[in-house]
Amino acid sequence: MSDHRDLLAERRRRLFEVAAGRVTLAHGSGGKAMHELLEALVVPTLGDGELARMDDQARLDPGPLEAGARLALTTDGFVVQPPVFPGGDIGRLAVCGTVNDLAVGGAEPRALALALILEEGLELALVERVLRSVRTAAEEAGVTVVTGDTKVVPRGACDGLFVTTTGLGVIPPDRDLGPHRIRPGDRLFVSGPLGDHGAAVMVARGEMALEVEVRSDCAPLWDLVRHLRAAVPGLRCLRDPTRGGFATTVVELARASGLAFEIHEESLPVREEVRGVCEILGLDPLYLACEGRLVGVVAAEDAERLEEALAAHPDGAGGRLVGRVVEGRPGRVVMHTAFGGRRIVDMLIGDQLPRIC
Amino acid sequence: MKFVDEFRDPERARRLVAAIEGLVADIPTCRERPLSIMEVCGGHTHAIFKFGIEGMLPEEIELVHGPGCPVCVLPMGRVDDCVALAETPGVIFTTFGDAMRVPGSRKSLLQAKAEGADVRMVYSPLDALAIARRHPDREVVFFGLGFETTMPATALTILQAEREGIRNFSVFCNHITIIPTIKAILDSPDMQLDGFLGPGHVSAVIGTRPYRFIPEVYGRPVVIAGFEPLDILHALWRVLVQIREGRPRVENQYHRVVREEGNRAALAAIERVFELREFFEWRGLGSIDHSGVRIRDAYARFDAERRFSIPALKIADPRSCQCGEVLKGVLKPWQCKVFGTACTPETPLGALMVSSEGACAAWYQYGDLDRVMEARA
Repeated sequence: MSDHRDLLAERRRRLFEVAAGRVTLAHGSGGKAMHELLEALVVPTLGDGELARMDDQARLDPGPLEAGARLALTTDGFVVQPPVFPGGDIGRLAVCGTVNDLAVGGAEPRALALALILEEGLELALVERVLRSVRTAAEEAGVTVVTGDTKVVPRGACDGLFVTTTGLGVIPPDRDLGPHRIRPGDRLFVSGPLGDHGAAVMVARGEMALEVEVRSDCAPLWDLVRHLRAAVPGLRCLRDPTRGGFATTVVELARASGLAFEIHEESLPVREEVRGVCEILGLDPLYLACEGRLVGVVAAEDAERLEEALAAHPDGAGGRLVGRVVEGRPGRVVMHTAFGGRRIVDMLIGDQLPRIC
Repeated sequence: MKFVDEFRDPERARRLVAAIEGLVADIPTCRERPLSIMEVCGGHTHAIFKFGIEGMLPEEIELVHGPGCPVCVLPMGRVDDCVALAETPGVIFTTFGDAMRVPGSRKSLLQAKAEGADVRMVYSPLDALAIARRHPDREVVFFGLGFETTMPATALTILQAEREGIRNFSVFCNHITIIPTIKAILDSPDMQLDGFLGPGHVSAVIGTRPYRFIPEVYGRPVVIAGFEPLDILHALWRVLVQIREGRPRVENQYHRVVREEGNRAALAAIERVFELREFFEWRGLGSIDHSGVRIRDAYARFDAERRFSIPALKIADPRSCQCGEVLKGVLKPWQCKVFGTACTPETPLGALMVSSEGACAAWYQYGDLDRVMEARA
């Protein structure tokens, strides 16, 4: 075993040395250099198991599926700039984004596929860091990368590295979540402070020379989802407010349910430092992306139970009820401002920030 | 958040609204028609919508959202000039981000960028100068835009470029001045305004004296206001006090930032670099005398209008646009016949739909569109 580790370490060292620490077009050629990259770096960093077979496809044992269970499949491309930011990097983000898209549909993540597009000249150390993050985040989410692909494009054809992940999950037959279950009187909730990811990426870009520490909230949500599903029978529907942030997600829920929502601004959790960044840059935190938060709707009679369930889970401790569902114009979202006014909340026109995920 | 939350206290807001309601009951005009009060500045417009201030006010007060959004009032021909500059080989065109989406007659800067022009977003003209330093082989043009708020920064950047002997930097100057514009609005025959909230940041530069003609000649009150919601309510209350007393004057609510004499250093930099143009074309308002500035001869080599050949064609506003009437308070944004149909923030026809500080775009984003569409149907 230790011989094997030594051999791996030696191959990794040679990989870095031969290419002077950088990705070259040869690493995407399909030839020897590519195999070195995969065998000395990609596969050992991501873990053994199905991936290590290095076949053209992963073969999965579906296990015993209950009658009525369904498969869930999702895919997402990640192009965040910069690739490393406080609280995470593009690798962690790529796992969380896809796992969370499964989780909010009630699907337990079972397997991930990972495709990397690397720019010629990229530092191998960054590739390694990103792969480690993929592995750590996947372990947190209880899932493994079972197959993948690596391509290298000439300098200038992409910006550093782009990551695509595809996730396969299983939805147990017991409960159906979705906006069609939302009813007037239901309550709206969030699982924690809003806008951390968007603000962290904005600050990490360094363009504004802001000296404030904001960490991305990037985290897998499956465990929290499982916990809430088990503890709160009246759970109606869940979403993860990524691009477009909380505000856009609530408008989507209102449109999909054909009902109206009322939000109370003073109940919305936003960290002081995120508010500060938004004040300075003229952004609205409600439109900033979250990568580790849930927005959800719960039946009014289970609202208290939901609050208790959120408080009992480490990923939901900052959560709270923030609004309610009412009869009204389908798709309309009204916010009662903390100042005492009211205004309509709609989707954002144009974008606040480019490339945050 | 310290220094912000103090200005957003709902309890104080309630007290101010109650005071405003009390005053309104005391002003005879209000029994006949609502009072029209214009906030000149786009920053105020945005805050009014963001905090939902209009809905807190009694029906007897109508806020008219003025021309103070420099992006909105930029005529199409000027945007075409920007595109032409950006598409000139060798040019790096630098601009504040909110000007990127403003439609020209053929395309916006954003579309020009997508087609391959080197258009870069900057947060300050000094960033543009830094790009010029880094790319001595390229021509870097900065799109100078805005009222007296942004004018000093452009002036100081030109002075800095001169000191450093930088030869590949120039400014496409579209700076405009607020006073002639307010005067043009006051002179228009269909004007129906009863008072003004004066702009905060512009006044930090020019001071409070230039507004005196508004009470003295036109008999209308002006209160220069800050941008927090309590500032706006407070300033509105003071405008109403002036109306009730029948004693219009210039007041400064934003004295934590604005001095009577303005910012002398900023004014000196403006004076050194810029001179008034005879007239400048505004979207929605037409040509206004002495409402724009250009770069003085002494700094001609930093003037993109002289360094490059610019088409400078005059493009008429689309005929269906009623921006002018909305700007003057004759129409509410949603009363314009193309509001929300032919003219939306995604595909703006008119000036006021272009930037989030424009009255129509703010109304579209934050207002009660359903009610409007229902009323129309």
